[in-house]
Amino acid sequence: MSALLRLDGLEAGYGDMTAIRGVSLEVRQGEIVALIGSNGAGKTTTLRAICGLLPLRRGTVELDGRRISGLRSAAVVAGGIAHVPEGRQLFPTMTVLENLELGARSTESRRRRGETLERVFALFPLLAERRGQLAGTLSGGEQQMTAIGRALMARPRLLMLDEPSLGLAPVTVSSIFANLAAINRDGVTILLVEQNVLRALRLSHRAYVLENGTIALEGASQRLLVDEGIKRAYFGR
Amino acid sequence: MDPTLVLQGVLSGLLFGGVYSLMAVGLTLIFGVMRVVNFAHGDMMVWGMYLALLLSTRAGLDPYLAFVACAAALFALGLAVQRGLVDRIVDAPHEMQILLMLGVALVLENLALVAFGPEPARVRSALSTATVWLGPVFVDVARLVTFAVAVVLTLALYLFLFRTDVGRTVRAAADNTYGALVIGTDVRRVYAVAFGVGAACVGAAGALVSPILPFQPATGLSLSVASFNIVIIGGMGSLLGAFIGGLLVSVAESLGAVFLKPSLKELFSFSLLIVILLFRPAGLFGKRL
Repeated sequence: MSALLRLDGLEAGYGDMTAIRGVSLEVRQGEIVALIGSNGAGKTTTLRAICGLLPLRRGTVELDGRRISGLRSAAVVAGGIAHVPEGRQLFPTMTVLENLELGARSTESRRRRGETLERVFALFPLLAERRGQLAGTLSGGEQQMTAIGRALMARPRLLMLDEPSLGLAPVTVSSIFANLAAINRDGVTILLVEQNVLRALRLSHRAYVLENGTIALEGASQRLLVDEGIKRAYFGR
Repeated sequence: MDPTLVLQGVLSGLLFGGVYSLMAVGLTLIFGVMRVVNFAHGDMMVWGMYLALLLSTRAGLDPYLAFVACAAALFALGLAVQRGLVDRIVDAPHEMQILLMLGVALVLENLALVAFGPEPARVRSALSTATVWLGPVFVDVARLVTFAVAVVLTLALYLFLFRTDVGRTVRAAADNTYGALVIGTDVRRVYAVAFGVGAACVGAAGALVSPILPFQPATGLSLSVASFNIVIIGGMGSLLGAFIGGLLVSVAESLGAVFLKPSLKELFSFSLLIVILLFRPAGLFGKRL
């Protein structure tokens, strides 16, 4: 399998603070890769650096062998990476339908907007019911679905999600993770950032553990699930 | 007090209010999207008026036709100001933004002074002298047309923002700039469109009001202040608020002129501001403070 996304020696930060240092990882075509770690480990920073929302100090990002580091976020999205950010970042005074349709920005995704919308509604039937409702009035789970749907409207090859389980009831998280598995079966590669380590490892094929801004551990998720260090650090056993 | 006189005041205030609404809608659009207060708003409007004057005296074009050209010219000016100046300070602290925009206002006002002199000017229109009677009150045809065109333009702006893809993108950026960036919006381009459209509104408003309101380069400041008053009354960033606020302020000023005297009309509009802020600190349609 070839690498769809390859990070090589990424360094980025805020002001004098360096949040990630020498982060290298790859996501292969068709995979679900989890990026796990505790609060402040640099997970969100890594995602923001990939999609051009935060300038890189060092390192390169390649999508399908083509260098995308240094591009602005608009160009990264057009290149095939969609980002579901932490806190969802919807447009609260606009309707669900408007939020979804805004996700289709590139010429190609706009041309096929109706078709993609049907796929999103098939995946999240609830959004079809709520299409006229203002996004700010949705429940947390519905907002997360809208944010994922909006990202899918860009017809991405790689979907990146930042803490999709944050603040949601366990039953809602289960249904959203089932949706992610379905999206992956449809051919979308996924890079998932999560603090909910157990769920992330169960869903993903491979995982990277980020600690203090560097990759501390990587491997098949099945193996990490039984790793003694992971168990101690994240499952409290 | 003669009730006919009051009715007359309300009606002429209401008709003049269309222009106030259009002007305030432009300001609130710029603020809503960029969180930058355009202190040069009134001076941009004065340039719309002088352009209408030039087109009338040099090309014999009636201001009720020339407003299209004035809107286009101000769109270009707004685009240039955004790309050349405002873009650099969008993320800067408010006091720096205010200094820059006040600077732009001073430059525009003094350029008008150099180009046209300090004397009051007025644009002639074929409609200027026509009036019609509506029952007991009479109506300036010029005011009626000004009102109608201003309302149609505000409606067109509404359709642009709510029914077109570019307009929806502008609203999205106003709603959540970071969210717009995340989904791959070229936010700089959205800012340029918003500033251009906001300036075009005020350019059209200037041309439409030029046959009714005598103006001079110094008029800009009072128009800016009136715009701020309306936008704050309506709720910062609210289009509907700016529209309703424009009509309210204009009627208040018109009644002020009826009950007291014309030079005290602003006593009414600013009292209105104080009263509304006492009860609704975020303005009539403001959502947050």
